[in-house]
Amino acid sequence: MQFGIFSVSDITRNPVTGYTPSEAERIDATVKMAVKAEEVGLDVFAIGEHHNPPFFSSSPTTLLAHVAALTKRIILSTSVTLITTNDPVRIAEEYAMAQHLAKGRLDLTLGRGNTVPVYPWFGKDIRQGLPLALENYNLLHRLWREDVVDWEGNFRTPLQGFTSSPRPLDDVPPFVWHGAIRTPEIAEQAAYYGNGFFANNILAPNFHFLPLVNLYRERFEHYGHGTRAQAIVGLGGQAYIAKRSQDALREFRPYFDEAPVYGHGAPLEYYAQQTPLSVGSPQQIIDKTLEFQEKFGDYQRQLWVMDHSGLPLAAVLDQLELLGAEVVPVLRKEMAARRSPGAADAPTHESLTKAKYGDAAPRQPRPNPNRGDNVTGTSPYQDSDAATPARYPLIG
Amino acid sequence: MNPTSSQNSRPDPEPTRSIVVISGGMSDTSSSRMLADRLAQKALDRLKGQGIPAAVSIIELRPLAANIAQAIVSGFPDEDLQAAIDRLAAAAAVIATTPIYKAGISGLFKAFMDILDNDLLIAVPVVLAATGGSARHALVIDDQLRPLFAFMRTLTTPTSLFAAPEDWGDRALTTRIERAATELAAMVTTGIRSAITDDAWGQYQHTFAGSARPATAAPEVAFDTDLMRLATGGTFAARA
Repeated sequence: MQFGIFSVSDITRNPVTGYTPSEAERIDATVKMAVKAEEVGLDVFAIGEHHNPPFFSSSPTTLLAHVAALTKRIILSTSVTLITTNDPVRIAEEYAMAQHLAKGRLDLTLGRGNTVPVYPWFGKDIRQGLPLALENYNLLHRLWREDVVDWEGNFRTPLQGFTSSPRPLDDVPPFVWHGAIRTPEIAEQAAYYGNGFFANNILAPNFHFLPLVNLYRERFEHYGHGTRAQAIVGLGGQAYIAKRSQDALREFRPYFDEAPVYGHGAPLEYYAQQTPLSVGSPQQIIDKTLEFQEKFGDYQRQLWVMDHSGLPLAAVLDQLELLGAEVVPVLRKEMAARRSPGAADAPTHESLTKAKYGDAAPRQPRPNPNRGDNVTGTSPYQDSDAATPARYPLIG
Repeated sequence: MNPTSSQNSRPDPEPTRSIVVISGGMSDTSSSRMLADRLAQKALDRLKGQGIPAAVSIIELRPLAANIAQAIVSGFPDEDLQAAIDRLAAAAAVIATTPIYKAGISGLFKAFMDILDNDLLIAVPVVLAATGGSARHALVIDDQLRPLFAFMRTLTTPTSLFAAPEDWGDRALTTRIERAATELAAMVTTGIRSAITDDAWGQYQHTFAGSARPATAAPEVAFDTDLMRLATGGTFAARA
């Protein structure tokens, strides 16, 4: 079971002080959060992708590669990578590159993005968002598994004899989670490929995402990747922790009341009761999270939003201390004790490599010589499968 | 959801049909509610006359006003509101009644409709009713309620009911109420809703795990679609 944090990279005015951090300050703060997450013993740090203010994270792999250089153990991920407006070829290249630099400590969560104007900025159309997401992942999946790809679809130019480089580290693609809040086709795609399914588990009533998670589990079994209980499920959440629950409510309230997604609606207590938002003492956060396991079944990854709505860095770092010292250790123990014997572990680069190669050495692709035209011919690597040569277009 | 039996086999005992009134009236008792009550009673009488057990259930929006506002801001209904939605999901027929304010339907009524799943009322027989301070607002039903319920894909009765002050003393209003009740009862009696949804439920667009799915409907997730084929590594035939 992995525990960690995810951020959407919002730059929000601190409602208590009135101070709005600059982009530079917030980017630095986010790096400090990620490093702190490792220090306090968390397993995962994930950052979102946005292409409009007030968010800064337009380039998740750049940030994650930097964090990788500053850390040793924590897994770096996204929340989410836009599988719609990004070219899947660029996703394949950028995340494979970051995976190398992170020495395998990298996976990613794919999502569609729901900001309408972003799509045309990247030449896409949100009305085609779902087929775009599905088709783009189909291509991404192949780009990371086949040295040479011939491909034709509806949403980008065809590929002939294309090799996405670098090949994934050890020729083991980064693990992919598919995120969705209401779309059965995304759950189906995650299940079909045996990938993970992630429900953000925020901003909706308690257990609202259970039917979608259950659909994914059912179809994961249907496609023969394992039993329902062995499906790879990730859940989000949001937490604010203080030693005493009344302090948590008091401290968090001004941020909640002005938060872009929460403010000026239902009161904090109502939200904390009706939704997965956890505000309270460490024991309350623990109890609420154990309910996730009870209702959703054994799952592999729990991420919380901890830096939202203008909370200053010092407060976020304090929150991470509490999370790492008083919440996660208890959850590790309690969840392990309640875990059914067949439940899968969260996939890591090590486990995926082991699954692919056993004790044998992983493949290390070495390119064939440049033919003089900056391509390596029909077999780009010395050990490329000769049975799947590239087919180049005939010109003239 | 809709307990109406299929046309061929009628289970015994006959299930009770629920006629749900959505009342946007503000006073107690409002004229909007009075209009709905008269219609509901007539519809009940007709159904009972044909041996079909039926009961009326009222959703007054006034006590739900704060819940509705909160649901719009928070993005999900609270328990009280969900209970009202569940009653609508189980309705055999609906009577929708609103006062006319500022040349339009009540904002509260529209706000309530805004939080319902798009597929909650597919093929439900509905009578549209409104009350106003002047006969000059008589077309609000056709201008605003009818398109709203068309969007919800309800089966709206041919007769709708508008009552201006002068109508309350006019025998013609009673005649129209009786006519609307006859139309509504006929649609309930024939089981037209389940005849449609039993066969075609899968052909409408649905909210995944929403409030609407009838117990009699086919499995909610259809896997034999272009998008599902694309999800599983297939190709998507035509780009719209």
